[in-house]
Amino acid sequence: MIVQELIFYAFSLVLVSAGVAVITARNPVYAVLFLVLAFFSAAAIWILLEAEFLAIILVVVYVGAVMVLFLFVVMMLDINLAPLKEGFIRYLPVAVLVAVAMAAELLMVLWARDRFGTDMFPIPQPNPVGYSNTRELGELLYTNYLLPFEVAGVVLLVAIIAAVALTLRTRPGIRTQNVGQQVRTRRDESVRLVKMKPEKPRSV
Amino acid sequence: MLTLSHFLTLGAILFSLSVAGIFINRKNVIILLMCIELMLLAVNFNFVAFSRFLGNLDGQIFVFFILTVAAAEAGIGLAILVVLFRNRRTIDVAELDDLKG
Repeated sequence: MIVQELIFYAFSLVLVSAGVAVITARNPVYAVLFLVLAFFSAAAIWILLEAEFLAIILVVVYVGAVMVLFLFVVMMLDINLAPLKEGFIRYLPVAVLVAVAMAAELLMVLWARDRFGTDMFPIPQPNPVGYSNTRELGELLYTNYLLPFEVAGVVLLVAIIAAVALTLRTRPGIRTQNVGQQVRTRRDESVRLVKMKPEKPRSV
Repeated sequence: MLTLSHFLTLGAILFSLSVAGIFINRKNVIILLMCIELMLLAVNFNFVAFSRFLGNLDGQIFVFFILTVAAAEAGIGLAILVVLFRNRRTIDVAELDDLKG
């Protein structure tokens, strides 16, 4: 049990520090990298909570795809960082005040009268050997949650189309091949047969 | 002993942190998007923790869908950001006042 607590506190420390680094980083590239660290620590804590499938999904899909997308965009845009950092110091007191107030409210609700302590939510038993989190999730996903699952697929499809439609641009003044026109071309559009009399050989 | 309170507290701290991030970086759209991602992570923490302590997998299914929608949102958000930068050469939120009457 003590090992679990040590793991929890270690990864929580990393997670919160990475979160602080994300919101205070000077360079967006560092912010993305700290966000990756935060997601990794979160995945570790989810494994502690025996949500193995989601932990792996978080690393593979989130870190592997979404964060890399962020990194691509951050590195692709040539951003002048100086004006974006204006007001950082000015808003810092407000931000700290709001964050502390919000955290205090949330923690008051959490800790008051031991609402979420061991009395109301006893420590669950570890899952038996041979239990597969992925299998259980899959069974639930393809029975009770089949329609939402399909809708999630449609959401992703719409996102793909929207992203492509937004960023696709046709620059004017560039000579490109029009394949349709090329295939549609018929013979008499490009070949012209000329009837002419044979020329007499020039008399020397 | 790790109780539910531990995980919920961690989620609450992470959520407040990302709210502070939105206040601090109110000019940089990229960092704002990242703060939203961090917020969603904090919310997912609560779902996973409750799912574990209630012995019910529905919470994890919910996290699955949140991750899907967050991925879609990040994709479209970044696409909008790229178009924005292409047209305005800046991603400063304060300069995006075209809709102001």
